[in-house]
Amino acid sequence: MAALLRVSHLQTYYSSFGGARVVKAVDDVSFTLGEGETIGLVGESGCGKTTTCLSIVGLLPSAARVVGGSIAFAGEEITTKRPREMRRIRGRQIAMILQDPMASLNPLFSIYTQVAEPAYYHQAIRGRPLRQRVQELLRSVRIPSPAVRMREYPHQMSGGMRQRVVGAIAMAGGPKLIIADEPTTNLDVTIQAQYLEVLKDIQQESGVALIFVTHNLGIVAKMCDKMAVMYAGKIVEQGSVRDLFRSPRHPYTRALLGSMPKLGSKDPLYAIPGHPPNLAQLPSGCAFHPRCAHTMPQCVSQEPEDGHVDTNWTAKCWLTDKQAQEEYVSAIA
Amino acid sequence: MVSTIEETRASPVPIGARDFASVPRRWTSLARQLPILPLAILVPFILLALFANWIAPYDPTEPIPGAKIFEPPFWMQGGSSRALLGTDFQARDLFSRLLFGARVSLIVGVMGTIVAGSIGTALGILSGYLGGWVDQVIMRVTDAWLALPALVFAIFLATMIGPSMWNIVVILGLVYWTRYARVIRGEVLSLREREFVKLAEIAGGSRARVIFRHILPNVLNSTMVLASLTIGVVIIAEASLSFLGVGVPPPEPAWGSMLADGRSMLMVGDWWLTVFPGLGILLVVLATQLLGDWLRVRLDPQLRNM
Amino acid sequence: MSAPLLELQGVQKYFPVSTGTLLRRKLGWVKAVDGVDFAVWPGETLGLIGESGCGKTTTSKLILLQETPTGGAIRFGGEDISKLQSQELMRYRREVQVVFQDPYSSLSPRMRVGDIVAEPLEIHTNLSREALHERVTEVLELVGLQPEVARLFPHEFSGGQRQRIAIARALATHTRLIVLDEPVSALDVSIRAQIMNQLEHLQQTLGVSYLFIGHDLATVAHISHRIAVMYLGQIVELADSLELCTKPLHPYTQALFTAALPSHPDQRHEKLTISGEVPSALDPPSGCRFHPRCPHAMPLCAHEVPVRKEVAPQHAVACHLY
Repeated sequence: MAALLRVSHLQTYYSSFGGARVVKAVDDVSFTLGEGETIGLVGESGCGKTTTCLSIVGLLPSAARVVGGSIAFAGEEITTKRPREMRRIRGRQIAMILQDPMASLNPLFSIYTQVAEPAYYHQAIRGRPLRQRVQELLRSVRIPSPAVRMREYPHQMSGGMRQRVVGAIAMAGGPKLIIADEPTTNLDVTIQAQYLEVLKDIQQESGVALIFVTHNLGIVAKMCDKMAVMYAGKIVEQGSVRDLFRSPRHPYTRALLGSMPKLGSKDPLYAIPGHPPNLAQLPSGCAFHPRCAHTMPQCVSQEPEDGHVDTNWTAKCWLTDKQAQEEYVSAIA
Repeated sequence: MVSTIEETRASPVPIGARDFASVPRRWTSLARQLPILPLAILVPFILLALFANWIAPYDPTEPIPGAKIFEPPFWMQGGSSRALLGTDFQARDLFSRLLFGARVSLIVGVMGTIVAGSIGTALGILSGYLGGWVDQVIMRVTDAWLALPALVFAIFLATMIGPSMWNIVVILGLVYWTRYARVIRGEVLSLREREFVKLAEIAGGSRARVIFRHILPNVLNSTMVLASLTIGVVIIAEASLSFLGVGVPPPEPAWGSMLADGRSMLMVGDWWLTVFPGLGILLVVLATQLLGDWLRVRLDPQLRNM
Repeated sequence: MSAPLLELQGVQKYFPVSTGTLLRRKLGWVKAVDGVDFAVWPGETLGLIGESGCGKTTTSKLILLQETPTGGAIRFGGEDISKLQSQELMRYRREVQVVFQDPYSSLSPRMRVGDIVAEPLEIHTNLSREALHERVTEVLELVGLQPEVARLFPHEFSGGQRQRIAIARALATHTRLIVLDEPVSALDVSIRAQIMNQLEHLQQTLGVSYLFIGHDLATVAHISHRIAVMYLGQIVELADSLELCTKPLHPYTQALFTAALPSHPDQRHEKLTISGEVPSALDPPSGCRFHPRCPHAMPLCAHEVPVRKEVAPQHAVACHLY
């Protein structure tokens, strides 16, 4: 089955001060996503996950540019597309859901106007069919009495409802891919749970693929089939969610999993020493080495390559390289 | 596993610094950040005003012995190197008068701004932080004060109190404090809700402590920006007062009164009596405005750490 | 048997709601906190968990004397805090401190770190400069920072380090109770564990009590000895932390657990037992406030407010099911 989205060796850099300072926000990132699949892009602030998504939809700020690699969507290369073409793809084929629903909704327009907009422009529906479509969409995100509520304005709704409206807008164009960037960070626990269920339902009904960008491993455990862990602009481990949760290979993945408090357990949390790196001043070799518990001499001098762990499971770490392991063992003997 | 002691970051990411390995790096980045144009204008003026006593060739209030009245500048016909920029209607050296006039303008400008800024900031802080009836009273007073046209009010006060340089400083301070009060009050209102202020209150800090240690240092930025923008206004106000005859009294030189004195001679073509003082006012005010603009950009925390 | 350090009894806080500018008509009351009872013992951490609108923020404001209760009493060391005057009030302020959620706005931007940490000491004691410096160094080391940081300004530090500074400041005056209001929610995941561990370590070393307010069950459960669950201004369940996690009794608590994110993909399938949203505190439901959303609601629940009863050792619930 051909992949819906294939990102290969993507490099997106920010340049400032006339090129004097270059920040490698995304440095050689590759992953694929098939139709109907859900992938979680996990990482902390500054790891590059949001920039990756902005690169995919073509909404990078003016200081950033895709300087290398390719992004193929439905077989077409989209990094080389002109803005006009990208506008046709955005909303119609690829939609985005952002973190703050208040910022995503226009306070001056009714819910109806905003949900109808993508359907109006991309699918040229008008009049009664359009109203029916909007009600259908609002129903699919479980908003009760859609015919009444679509006449309302954003400020009349609660946070959870607004986020669901954002979901309805995302679905309105009939996209094949939705990118959700931390969509539940501002929501209460029970509202978040309801919202995630809504997303799952939408996915099952329409077969849309989802990219979930988050720092919360719990969301990934609940919603995603695959996951890619990012650190300092690179994917350090990717594979199926089950595999990575069961036996993570990269020390960062292991550390993240170990630092999550688990309900009902008082085991001490593993606290990763140090703090996330400054992308403008990355450490040499493997960017994680200053904070890693298993640093070997090779980690300081050489950047690791994607080590093959299993089919569709890679980890960028010298530990997966058997030869490196053996060398290390013989060196300390 | 117990967490380990974190390293601290010694300094923020350098702004605008290329990767020079050489020592003067700190100086080049500092120089890049200074506002060249305003300083290039202001610094000479300040130096001239400071050292007027030594630089000025003649006493500005006495006529030059042996000189004619209305002598033109030395490069024109009829002028001489005795009086570089010419003489005025009492045969006093224009250049010397300009130097001492600069002193008056700068002193009144700076001191007047300091008085206005102090009154306005103090009232703004009290009004914003204490709230309640204090706020109401101060704001109503500010409204009433703002309703009075500034210059007219200044003239009124000047005629009442009597003109002299320090009286003018006080008068202008009293006229222009309202700008500060309004703006600073707004800032204090939002500062008051910030968590570090609440923390100080929760820790038991007295109101005076919160105001002086937490509120005041954080409004100083705005105060300084406002001040640099107000200096120009105050200088022009002083010049206007002097022009109208209620400013610094003669024979003390002031750019405004020099403008007034020379006005009638413009018709006859003796341009130097008005152009040079006018140019002085123009340049100084322009420079302070540019400086204020630069300060505003520099001190705005949003733009600072890019 | 020692006495509780902090005790809340029947605490209520109602905010009036009115319209009009000149002639303010009263519309009603927002019952932000409506009958809250709990105690915090020396050296323990009490977790306070609930969603937005449950009243936990108002409760913390009441404890910190930023608001005065409309009813009920808050006692610290046996004394009613609303009746404290001058010296006793200063002593309360010295012994009870707070750490807020946002590390980027809780430190005075124009003060050096050393001065920030020393401020409570300056307010409450007469220590000499050397003694102040010594104590500041002591406290900075306690939270895992080098003493040299005292000279620097807050903007040179990351979020996690700033929270450490805030914690150091909260400890400076031999505090007995620290109210922690979502102290790790704004931090990166890998830093959260550092701060949580640090907080636990400090409690073991110094014996300070914490009131840990949060919205993430797993985080609160990890650090707390006991947990109080709040809903619409009332405490619906109060239990030992592990006991609550293994046997949640109140339907709302149970709903919170079903809504909590799994920590492993194999844990996925728990059916959500709650729907809809929290009603407004302006007009709360009659009887048990949770009854409109409760899957086990009985006719009684709409009429009578359930009283909190201890149904198992260290486990109290306010629900008609028990």
